[in-house]
Amino acid sequence: MAKTSEHLEEATIRFAGDSGDGMQLIGTQFSETSGVAGNEVNTFPDYPSEIRAPEGTLYGVSAFQVHFGTHHIYTPGDTIDVLVAMNAASVKVNLPTLKAGGMIIANIEGFDERNLKLAKYTTNPLDDGSLSGYEVHAIDFHKEIKAALGELDISSKLIGKTKNIFALGLTYWLFQRPLDATIAWINKKFKGKDDIILANVHALRAGWNYAQKNPDFKTQYVIDRSALSPGRYRNITGNEAIALGLVVAAKKASMPLFLGSYPITPATDILHAISGYKKYGVKHLQAEDEIAGICSAIGAAYGGSLAVTTTSGPGLSLKTEAMGLAVMTELPLIIVDVQRAGPSTGMPTKPEQGDLLMAMFGRHGEAPMPILAAASPADCFDITLEAARIALKYMTPVLILSDGYIGQSSEPWKAPTVESLPEIKAYFATDPTDFSPYKRDEKTLRRQWAIPGFEGMEHRIGGLEKEDISGNVSQDPANHEKMVHLRQEKVDRVAQDIPEAVVEGEQEGDLLMLSWGSTYGAAKTAYERMRASGHILSFVHLRYMNPFPRNLDDILNRFERIALPELNSGQLQFLLQAKYLKRIIGIHKVQGKPFKSRELEEKLVNLLTEKEILV
Amino acid sequence: MKTQLNDLLEKPHQGQTDYTAKDFKPNVDVRWCAGCGAISVLSPSQRLMPELGIPKEKIAYISGIGCSGRFPYYMDTYGFHSIHGRALPIASGLKIARPDLSVWVVMGDGDNMSIGGNHFIHTCRRNVDLNVMMFNNEVYSLTKGQYSPTSHRGQITKSSPLGALDDPFNPAALALGAGATFVARGHDKDRTKLHDLLKRAYEHKGVSFVEIYTNCRIFNDGAFDLYTSVETRDNYTIELEHGKPLVFGKTRNKGIILDGYTPKVVNLDQGEYSINDLLIHNEKDSTLAFILANMTYSEELPRPMGVIQAVQRASYEERVVNQIEHEIVTKGEGDLQSLLTGESSWLV
Ligand SMILES: Cc1ncc(C[n+]2csc(CCOP(=O)(O)OP(=O)(O)O)c2C)c(N)n1
Ligand code: SF4
Repeated sequence: MAKTSEHLEEATIRFAGDSGDGMQLIGTQFSETSGVAGNEVNTFPDYPSEIRAPEGTLYGVSAFQVHFGTHHIYTPGDTIDVLVAMNAASVKVNLPTLKAGGMIIANIEGFDERNLKLAKYTTNPLDDGSLSGYEVHAIDFHKEIKAALGELDISSKLIGKTKNIFALGLTYWLFQRPLDATIAWINKKFKGKDDIILANVHALRAGWNYAQKNPDFKTQYVIDRSALSPGRYRNITGNEAIALGLVVAAKKASMPLFLGSYPITPATDILHAISGYKKYGVKHLQAEDEIAGICSAIGAAYGGSLAVTTTSGPGLSLKTEAMGLAVMTELPLIIVDVQRAGPSTGMPTKPEQGDLLMAMFGRHGEAPMPILAAASPADCFDITLEAARIALKYMTPVLILSDGYIGQSSEPWKAPTVESLPEIKAYFATDPTDFSPYKRDEKTLRRQWAIPGFEGMEHRIGGLEKEDISGNVSQDPANHEKMVHLRQEKVDRVAQDIPEAVVEGEQEGDLLMLSWGSTYGAAKTAYERMRASGHILSFVHLRYMNPFPRNLDDILNRFERIALPELNSGQLQFLLQAKYLKRIIGIHKVQGKPFKSRELEEKLVNLLTEKEILV
Repeated sequence: MKTQLNDLLEKPHQGQTDYTAKDFKPNVDVRWCAGCGAISVLSPSQRLMPELGIPKEKIAYISGIGCSGRFPYYMDTYGFHSIHGRALPIASGLKIARPDLSVWVVMGDGDNMSIGGNHFIHTCRRNVDLNVMMFNNEVYSLTKGQYSPTSHRGQITKSSPLGALDDPFNPAALALGAGATFVARGHDKDRTKLHDLLKRAYEHKGVSFVEIYTNCRIFNDGAFDLYTSVETRDNYTIELEHGKPLVFGKTRNKGIILDGYTPKVVNLDQGEYSINDLLIHNEKDSTLAFILANMTYSEELPRPMGVIQAVQRASYEERVVNQIEHEIVTKGEGDLQSLLTGESSWLV
């Protein structure tokens, strides 16, 4: 039967199976190939917190979702068009997000009695008609791969390991992706192991051929190249982007980079990346705990390194006392918090924006520091450079908020050239005449920074209150008040040095949607869709959480209503209401899951049409 | 990787380095109580610095919190008075980032063994080249007199009016157990010996742990009198000297022999034992070091003073540098542009 092809603007595919089924691997391959094919891509790995959850179980499903299209893709997709299911549990778990009429490509091996039982099915969904609302392709992957191998003598075990690649080949047919990039990757990855290469390449082709020959597959979907600006692209996760940003920032500032860190999900990938950058001269310490992590970074900062500590919620709480020390000693330091669902150990692999208030206030005494929040995986890179710039220019610790969602999801990123990136400057005090450790730059209020090794400026710093200018220990009441104000003023002045917030849509009016951090993708998508369907609303995304952009007050006052989605119970809402005395309508989700853009759209449409606050 | 910072730091020292102790005294009043044991560590330190022959700006003192934490204010070098228990990770970060510096760490027994216990064992294990002075006064002084992890069982303090229930840490044994390469003990009543110990600590590459008995006049006065006062110390302590037999006593009439693995005091006056029968101290022998350290709380045995162990192991910050250099030699210096572009990229 002749095949037809159909053009789509975008599509979402989800590969799901057991932890050992290689779903993360083919998901990554699919997204890279889609990038090469000229699409915009956004991905999200979604895996259980157990290392190897028992096979076949509902809680053991590991998945990788890829959303790709011709226009800019801001999220990994709300709903799934194509579900690749390696077993029964993956169907059960993912069915709620599969589009009505969506496609299921199922490996029937994973639907035997044992798997059905583990997935808590009493009858086989592939046979019992319960999936009649979907386009189901039940295929024996193993048999097809074996047939494709023909006379070749490949062990059954090895064939079993290529099932994911078969599925990948099939989806490549479906979306007209080229095979060559993946074949090259297979050859490189398994170099020297010819039988493995052979088996995988055959499996990939077998998947593609299966769909091509099988009359059940009638349509190939075409997603045109997007109008990406020309350049060299790569996929990048937020965590990778932060690691890169740190190396680049140090290089730009002509300083050594030091990372002091203790492993914690989902921040650990930054430590992994940095520890592999030895040839860039990077030093790191995997410390005995979070406190040692930040303290070693403070020591390195004191010694003149661009110093960093990375962590997630539980680790951030351990660092609070040392963060106060960094504030008091006015040393530049970057603190990265890749937020996860809390409190306590919470849900380690799930995202939440629950640490904003801790970032803002979670220190004893009044210890303000600039806080930046990354909007997307690629934005993590820019935010990191910006954090370094501010930390060095103002001599202050700076906290970066990311989260498990953007930390682990990926998007294509146009790799910048080193020269095109902004210069970053460290301001060392090199002249001993007139040196005082707490004498300040008039404009930024940054103190003079003399590091050990500079002659004639030997001095002592520490956590005890400092006398203005001299930096000597002081208990003087008036001096303490002055210093508290000075430290605050220094952070406040950063507002003069950061971009103003940008309003998309009408500059004033009825409804403004405000977002921060990783909710950007869903918010932006909802905003664009609503605008396209004629709704009137405006949009602002915040990347600077402390201080806020200088025009924010003005913006908030230009709108009658402000809606603010957050993956918490209203933390930014609380801050804005307190600071600007302006009522904010909070849209909250605390499920350890990111917003779907449709979710936001629905709420915003309600706000617009019913003029009622239905959130 | 060469940085602008390195360029700045490589500028030669302009002035002279033939300092005197006075050059290390900043113009501030020492605000420890009169007679505080900590004061007795200050002058040996100020005397030692000129002997090191390094420019003043290359020296940094890092302290935690406690009475001892004030120490950096009294040394005219670079200094950092940090937070309770955390001097070691701060000093480690500094030393790893800046191997060119001579980094000294000052801590109290509470600071180091209680709140900072975890950092202490891991710093010993890593063997960061730090000179660590722990002022042991067997009490928390700055918080006005609670028992500490080195207080003895039954010690009456503000927070143990009926006597402390826990047994103390033996800091030297703890350090050895955690892998410290240099472990020594001194006290505040003999500044010359203390000076020599600190010098040895400086010369040792790797972590040097020096436990210093410092009398707290206010909250635990006389705690170490038996071991430090001129009248009694010869009978209650033993000065360890590498390669020398373990002799002690006012008239040097007593010694230590090994009975199996158990040290025993023998009398040299009675003809049964001579100096040739005695155990010989060997700083390089880790097994012996444990035996000696374990003599600390014994009622029958003298308390060992001096260098208990001095063995060599590559220091941590050196390994960091070596790993970086090895990587650069084998793979070439990292190219930032290719890092940015990544391993798989595509052209649009
Ligand atoms: C996090 C924290 N907990 C408690 C304290 C209070 N504190 C200050 S010093 C100290 C103990 C000091 O004892 P030690 O280390 O033996 O030093 P000393 O004062 O005897 O020299 C305590 C508990 C503190 N500063 N910080
Ligand atoms: S309280 Fe004790 S330790 Fe503290 S300064 Fe006075 S004598 Fe020294």
